[in-house]
Amino acid sequence: MATRHFRSTARLMMAPAVILLLGWMLVPLTMTLWFSFRRYLPLRGGDLGWAGFDNYVRFVTSGAFWPSVQTTLIIVGGVLVITVALGVVLALLLDQPIWGQGAVRILVIAPFFVMPTVSALVWKNMFMDPVNGLFAHLWRFFGAEPVAWLSDVPLASIVVIVSWQWLPFATLILLTAVQSLDREQLEAAEMDGASPLARFGFIVLPHLSRAITIVVLIQTIFLLSIFAEIFVTTGGAFGTRTLTYLIYQRVLESQNVGLGSAGGVYAIILANIVAIFLMRIVGKNLDR
Amino acid sequence: MGQITLERVSKSFGHTEVIPPLDLTIEDGEFCVFVGPSGCGKSTLLRLIAGLDDITSGAVLIDGQDASDVPPAKRGLAMVFQSYALYPHMSVRKNIAFPMRMARIPQDEQNRRIEAAAKALNLTDYLDRRPGQLSGGQRQRVAIGRAIVREPSAFLFDEPLSNLDAALRVGMRLEISELHERLRATMIYVTHDQVEAMTMADKIVVLRAGHIEQVGSPLELYRTPRNLFVAGFIGSPKMNLIGGNEAARHDAHTIGIRPEHIDVSEDGCWQGTVGVAEHLGSDTFLHVHGTGFGGTLTVRTTGEVTLAHGDTVRLLPRAGRIHRFDASGLRIV
Repeated sequence: MATRHFRSTARLMMAPAVILLLGWMLVPLTMTLWFSFRRYLPLRGGDLGWAGFDNYVRFVTSGAFWPSVQTTLIIVGGVLVITVALGVVLALLLDQPIWGQGAVRILVIAPFFVMPTVSALVWKNMFMDPVNGLFAHLWRFFGAEPVAWLSDVPLASIVVIVSWQWLPFATLILLTAVQSLDREQLEAAEMDGASPLARFGFIVLPHLSRAITIVVLIQTIFLLSIFAEIFVTTGGAFGTRTLTYLIYQRVLESQNVGLGSAGGVYAIILANIVAIFLMRIVGKNLDR
Repeated sequence: MGQITLERVSKSFGHTEVIPPLDLTIEDGEFCVFVGPSGCGKSTLLRLIAGLDDITSGAVLIDGQDASDVPPAKRGLAMVFQSYALYPHMSVRKNIAFPMRMARIPQDEQNRRIEAAAKALNLTDYLDRRPGQLSGGQRQRVAIGRAIVREPSAFLFDEPLSNLDAALRVGMRLEISELHERLRATMIYVTHDQVEAMTMADKIVVLRAGHIEQVGSPLELYRTPRNLFVAGFIGSPKMNLIGGNEAARHDAHTIGIRPEHIDVSEDGCWQGTVGVAEHLGSDTFLHVHGTGFGGTLTVRTTGEVTLAHGDTVRLLPRAGRIHRFDASGLRIV
């Protein structure tokens, strides 16, 4: 009896949280699905009735769709490669005993505390501006022609900005993994004749594989939906329009909620495809 | 091949000198045990020989060649670590093959050595498992296998049995001793357990605070401990140390007598009350109070003694078995 009472009380107590979370997730999802089947043009007559699959067909057949998927994947892939590679290097360096270790570690984590909008604006105006930017000054100092980063190499610039934001996250997780490596294993490998490079390849990297998996999974979830960095830098121009940004344009710039919602459903599908791929490739690392 | 000589070797960490300059020679094929309480510098000494730590001054000679500046991998030594330090993501086979892979030994030669090592260490059925799937004793054997296949001139063991339970420890002790008999390679073995030292060693080096207290065969150390520290450290149960008037009667500051050299006898010269009698079956250890010497006296007698708490006993030390020490703790010859 006591147990049963206890269980029902527990359920009752948890109910508000569960219902809130369910609503939080289900309401927007249902609304997106609902609008994606409607002809809904807020400034041109409002809800104009059923559209069937028209929105879905229009979204995919539009010339902007496939390039936006490609852009999304390039940004996600590029940021992952840069953050994981640099994250491993930084983690190994931060693991060394240095003077002022605590302060250095906090400084390394700092970019993560800066809001995406702010950091993108700082990068755009202070570093990448072709007239007054720090890079422009640097280029001119060496007698070179300043690069107009955000219009000449816009995709790479955005990848750099986003990587800068996410590098602390990768470094932090990888640093804790590096610190948990058994020193005796490295010493054993040293006695076994492994060069520093071989020790990294055979001992350190396999030890980090699980942490790298976690970094890749978590970052992918967040990177698929980056928006602010594109909004404040290029505004989606110069081939930097991701799927998220395309949906934003359809809904708010073209004022076509139905079409944008159909895009949203495609974004959900894309995210799931990417997730399944990731789970297949790297997820098995988590089983060990 | 495998004579190791330490010449005035010392080690300091910052301003702390953990090993003052010491000399030691370990002969080829010898089983040498470094023993001492924790923190005495025995592991540090082993790491200096291995090259994992750099010596502060002096020289490490391997087969007469100065190896002080030779990197660990080039010294031809193999080490077995306390935590075994197996590579968790590699199978047993790959673990054992790792040093050979690093040395770029041909594949068929690698396989031959792995098979031989696996057979010798009873690991043949486990070659494709990961270290995480093995028991403590098996992991220990993999670590030894990884050392054997390098065919080193000397093996270094850093407290290899301290992570095993008591029963396994006895078994592995025998296996390592047998391995030494078979390979006849130099082995240096670090332990804080004097039983391991006594049973395995050809030569024991007793260390305290970085100093060598005594070097000798197990029986030499047992029969003629050079000072009070060695006397108290070697032997189980510990030697009884008696000061005061009783020591003065023997012209010494302290006298020592081992529990096995005291007999329970009607005409014994010492008298006391049994505090605890530990019956092991084969032996009985009596802890005797009230002898007037201060502290308890441990006595080892045969297993069939029926003495119990509160009984009064008379004790007779065997002639010629009393060790005498002077005020500075050194043995009086």
